[in-house]
Amino acid sequence: MFLARVNSLQASILSSLAILSLLLAFVMLGSHWLRNYVYAFAAESWLIAALSAAVGYFGGYRELYFIAALTALFRGLVLPWLLMRIIDRLQVKRELHSVLQPSSSLVLGGLLVMFAFVIANHMNRQSGTAGSVVVLALTIMLSMKFIGFLMLSVRDEAVSQILGLLVLENGIFLGSQILVPGMPMLIEIVILFDLLIVVACFGMLVRFLLVHAGTTSSRQLQRLVG
Amino acid sequence: MAYHLAILLFAAPALAAIVSLVFRSPRLAEYVTSAAAITDLGVSVPMLVAIVRHGPVLALHGYAQIDALGAWVTICIAVVYALSSIYAIGYMRLLNEEVRLPLFYGLFSGFAFTMFAACVLNNAGVFWIAIELTTLISTFLVGFEREAESTEAAWKYIVVVSSGISLALLGTVLFYWGGSFILGPTYAMTWAALHRSASQVYTPLLTVSFLLVLVGYGTKAGLAPMHTWLPDAHSESPAPVSAMLSGALLNASMLGIARFLGVVDGTRTGRFAHSAVVGFGIFSFVVAALFIVRQTDVKRLMAYSSVEHIGVQALGLGFGGVLGVAGTLYHMLNHSLNKSLMFFGAGNVMRSYRTKEIGGIHSVLRRFPATGTLWLLGAVGIAGAPPFALFLSEFTILRAGFAGRYRWAAVVFVVFLIVVFIGFLSHFRAMYFDDFVQAEGPKLSGLVWRALPMWLAFVPLLVLGLWWPQHLWSIFANISSNLTGGTQ
Repeated sequence: MFLARVNSLQASILSSLAILSLLLAFVMLGSHWLRNYVYAFAAESWLIAALSAAVGYFGGYRELYFIAALTALFRGLVLPWLLMRIIDRLQVKRELHSVLQPSSSLVLGGLLVMFAFVIANHMNRQSGTAGSVVVLALTIMLSMKFIGFLMLSVRDEAVSQILGLLVLENGIFLGSQILVPGMPMLIEIVILFDLLIVVACFGMLVRFLLVHAGTTSSRQLQRLVG
Repeated sequence: MAYHLAILLFAAPALAAIVSLVFRSPRLAEYVTSAAAITDLGVSVPMLVAIVRHGPVLALHGYAQIDALGAWVTICIAVVYALSSIYAIGYMRLLNEEVRLPLFYGLFSGFAFTMFAACVLNNAGVFWIAIELTTLISTFLVGFEREAESTEAAWKYIVVVSSGISLALLGTVLFYWGGSFILGPTYAMTWAALHRSASQVYTPLLTVSFLLVLVGYGTKAGLAPMHTWLPDAHSESPAPVSAMLSGALLNASMLGIARFLGVVDGTRTGRFAHSAVVGFGIFSFVVAALFIVRQTDVKRLMAYSSVEHIGVQALGLGFGGVLGVAGTLYHMLNHSLNKSLMFFGAGNVMRSYRTKEIGGIHSVLRRFPATGTLWLLGAVGIAGAPPFALFLSEFTILRAGFAGRYRWAAVVFVVFLIVVFIGFLSHFRAMYFDDFVQAEGPKLSGLVWRALPMWLAFVPLLVLGLWWPQHLWSIFANISSNLTGGTQ
């Protein structure tokens, strides 16, 4: 495991990159404005790209440079651009009817991070000296998962839901860069492309929603029940 | 031999999709899709025979492996693909969407292609991608009719399933991480490798990974409480797509659960994993039974019946042992046949009466003497009554339940089977035998295309209910021992 070989400076660089991405997830959670979500998501993706490159450099995984470039390109530029196009087309600027106030969702998010830490701490026994970075990575992976689900459940604008899903994926991607940098590259590349297709599909569906259902707010999608 | 058959298996739907999309001719697309589907059905059976005779075949640098389990699920999917592509010829013409029909058939074959891919993939990561692709393609099939309802169903489907399936990805990454302590930082994430390392992975880590995977693929398979997308998607899509979603896609996702259950079998997580699968199974069964009783929409009735039967399959896997696995695998095929029959019948009735409401449908036998009889018999079969095949498979699963540690679950299973039986058939009584004076419905063309697949589904259902071939038993026993023995 490569984390056993990193020195303390390298470990703290990795940790701070990971923590910054978690903070950006909180920025998304605490904001009303759809554009801010997209900016935060783009910044988060760039951080993850930097993290990939750092892991590649510290651990000697050359192929991670390639992954980092692809991450920056797709997650950092193409996806935000696609999302901005969707937002422009919809002409919704902010999330109007979220179930929770941003402040209360921030508090809830904080609690979820603590919960994630408890689970992460419990799962980690095998990593020995690299313990703290591993626990941190696991915690952030799980908390971004929780925060993504929180965003999915308290927001109802279609774009926020897409972003919630992307936060879920970012969490996994971030965690897997630190925990399993040796994962076969094919899989990571395919997952990146998969994400691109996902967002393209969502973009098309949003248009159908607008035309055929007349709304993009999941709160008003309630024809089908029972 | 099996390798060449597999190439044909994938070439046929790929070719059908390309021809449909390139030539843009509705008639050509219909026939080429049916031809591809029938080819696939013809290929899948000898493929299983070849695997059983000569053992599993590796391909694509180990990324693909055709084993008996995958080949069996391939047959189940191919059956539904063949039946519903024939039915689609009669049904889709009623929608007056001639221009978009080639697109429909292109997506339809693409959908089948991704499901076949899921069956033969040997790598947990790539398997995840195949399952994710099935969602993306089928979303547009669900929303094909472009009504407000079907668009809503498609949106809910993609949001709920994508977020659920991302949990499976997280679980897969954690499985890989756990394995990397034993097998080194880089290794091929095959089922066999995961199984080899699983027994030495720290138990809480393995447990969390398994639960994430179970919830993730369980969302896709429609296990309650993650089933919320299923009634919407299954009821709002065109009838042939409903049959594919219910009869084929659920099996493909169940395959993921079965494989991961095989991975953790024999470890210290194994017992807990089986209990978790039984728990989700029985919960799905109970929830579905209650919703079946109070259902007012005929297609949602079928959709909840899918939740019920996926619960039964989960129960069988959870009970485990030869009986449990054999019952589950037999149930997959029987459910595929029976549910296709049910959705086809529902499609006919829905188009003829122009409503999905059970209250608006009456005296079905007078309007559809032949297919109406088939639909009624199918309803008796899907409620679990002999002499139809689902009775045999449910009975086998029940035996597995009473033989093992989960007797309480088996008891609950029996009680709610009775609830389902009464609930389901009382809806059919209302549709068939309530006295009602009514005007004649419109004569819809193409009934031959819509009746033929119903016969094709019904006859094997009856035959398999009366006679469980000995060969199948030995194949199932073989799959069962491989699933837990590590040589997947």
